[in-house]
Amino acid sequence: MPLKDSRLTHSELVKKLDLRNKKSFFGDNFFKALVIGASLYTLLMVALVLFALTEGSIPIFVKEGFNFITGTNWNAVEGRESFGALPYIIGTLVSSAIAMVIAVPISVGIAIFITEMIPKRLGTVLSFVVELLAAVPSIIYGLWALFVFRFWIRDYIEEPLHNSFGEYISIFARAPFGLDVFTAGIVLAIMIIPIITAVSREVIKAIPHSQKEAAYALGATRWEMVRTAILPSSKTGLMGASFLGLGRAIGETMLVTLIIGNAIGLAAIPTSLFSQSQTLSSIIANEFNEASNDLHLSALIGLGLVLFIITVFINIMAIFIISKVSKSYSNLRE
Amino acid sequence: MSKDSINNKNNNYKSIIHETITKNSSKRKMKNNLITILLCSFVIIAIIPLSSILIEVFKNGVGALSFDFLFHPPGSIGSQGGGVGPAIQGTLLVVGFATIIGAPVGILAGVFLSEYSSSSRIFAYFLRLFNDVLTGIPSIVIGIVGYITIVLTLGSFSIVAGAFVLSIIMIPIVARVSEETLKLVPNTLREAAYGLGLPKWKVVWHIVIKGSKSGILTGIVLAISRIAGETAPLIMTILGTSLFFGGFNSPVDALPLRIWRLASQPYPSAHEQGWGAALLLILLVLSLSIALRMFAQKRSITFKSTT
Repeated sequence: MPLKDSRLTHSELVKKLDLRNKKSFFGDNFFKALVIGASLYTLLMVALVLFALTEGSIPIFVKEGFNFITGTNWNAVEGRESFGALPYIIGTLVSSAIAMVIAVPISVGIAIFITEMIPKRLGTVLSFVVELLAAVPSIIYGLWALFVFRFWIRDYIEEPLHNSFGEYISIFARAPFGLDVFTAGIVLAIMIIPIITAVSREVIKAIPHSQKEAAYALGATRWEMVRTAILPSSKTGLMGASFLGLGRAIGETMLVTLIIGNAIGLAAIPTSLFSQSQTLSSIIANEFNEASNDLHLSALIGLGLVLFIITVFINIMAIFIISKVSKSYSNLRE
Repeated sequence: MSKDSINNKNNNYKSIIHETITKNSSKRKMKNNLITILLCSFVIIAIIPLSSILIEVFKNGVGALSFDFLFHPPGSIGSQGGGVGPAIQGTLLVVGFATIIGAPVGILAGVFLSEYSSSSRIFAYFLRLFNDVLTGIPSIVIGIVGYITIVLTLGSFSIVAGAFVLSIIMIPIVARVSEETLKLVPNTLREAAYGLGLPKWKVVWHIVIKGSKSGILTGIVLAISRIAGETAPLIMTILGTSLFFGGFNSPVDALPLRIWRLASQPYPSAHEQGWGAALLLILLVLSLSIALRMFAQKRSITFKSTT
């Protein structure tokens, strides 16, 4: 208490202190309400997403029923409407699968290389570059793929493959054009490599030094150390990182819209690597503003719901994998 | 057996063991080197397309930059002239409004997770889970939600819908980073403040939040650099236009959206302008990322000195 207060009588002092307590009580409650309000707002947003998607897609599920998921027709003409999401689900899965097959080994390799195989300073520079690239907007990847990369792919990879194997192996059968599910998969891979690398690097860095040192002490070479000490204990963490990348690849829109060829209906089921296709997100982006009637709009919202369910499932799996890993690490450290 | 022959035998074994070890280890060393080369080639494989993107954007985009390009509205479709003025203005406005909504909510949610979660563990667990779920939702799905909730209610495409949608993308990022930085504040600081008789909200506001200002700023800049490049959710919320901002109930334009429209046109002049717009966008995002790096470095220095 400041000195000037000492002239007050005891009861006055108590009163004053009480008042201050009440004031801080009010401040405390107000601030707590504010903080909890913001948290509730965040929860509300998730509920809003779920509610809006479900409500918006009711008309299409009423009309098509389960056929909406398994159907292959896509016709928005008035009077002959028929909507099936299967081709786009397949297109999404195929393009993401191609992206994962390419991106996961490369990203994990780069993460190991950056953390274990080169001097620390060079590693910091490289990981800075990786982080910068993770920030490049996907529309720019799309622009580059549309005007530059698809010609490289067509001339140096697709045409040689088609010319030498096209007659015997059906996945190389279609005449390559550059705008197809293969190109989309590769560009998606290029886009998610920085993302998976960044997370994998964190996972590998979290492994206790004692494990690496033990491997070295037993006479392991650097690669044997990586194989015996790093890969087994970071396996699940790397899987979590890959799942995060998969979530990004599945939800990616603009890049895919520009280069996948935008086929519609049955034609969107890729029969070969070089056929045009369509993903859930790209058809929404292409048709949303041109939706001719309410049913068409509802069908697009229904596609959004399917996409939402797939990505939420993948992300929750990634979250559980990563949280399990971080728990096991904290056990190791203790 | 004489002593001599035993010695001989021993020498024999020694040389055999030595031989196998050197043979084995040279094999292992070779494997090690091969894998190192393989991983190094992975880095090169990844760097080629990524550097090609940067080079192409700079090479093709520089030619388009001019005073007209930066400040004028687009010309008629297929014509040479015009610029991306409305798109630049629109991006700044939409991102600005989204930050005004998203940053405070995100920070407060982060404060809850770091400072108030001990009393309600279950709520905090679900908040963290839902936050992560929100981060993973594809932006185009959030765009649909913005269309249903805002555009259909207000009756027109507008900056309000765009800002709302981008703020939903922003909140979980800011909340996550805020939580992490607030947790870095040493507990001794909190205890010292309580010891002086401060109420909790003053401790949180003056000690915890103000003490990790640069960390929170990092989160906000990270989120801004993410939403500035978002295209998909803007298609169904702000629609895009060739006019400057004209009120809260009319469509606005944005740089990523303009790049998409320009790239979809069949004219070379439009493509050149698309590259120019891409250069502007990449400069914006990369400068934000580099600024972010500086904040992050500053933060690690401040906490080294306090602990």
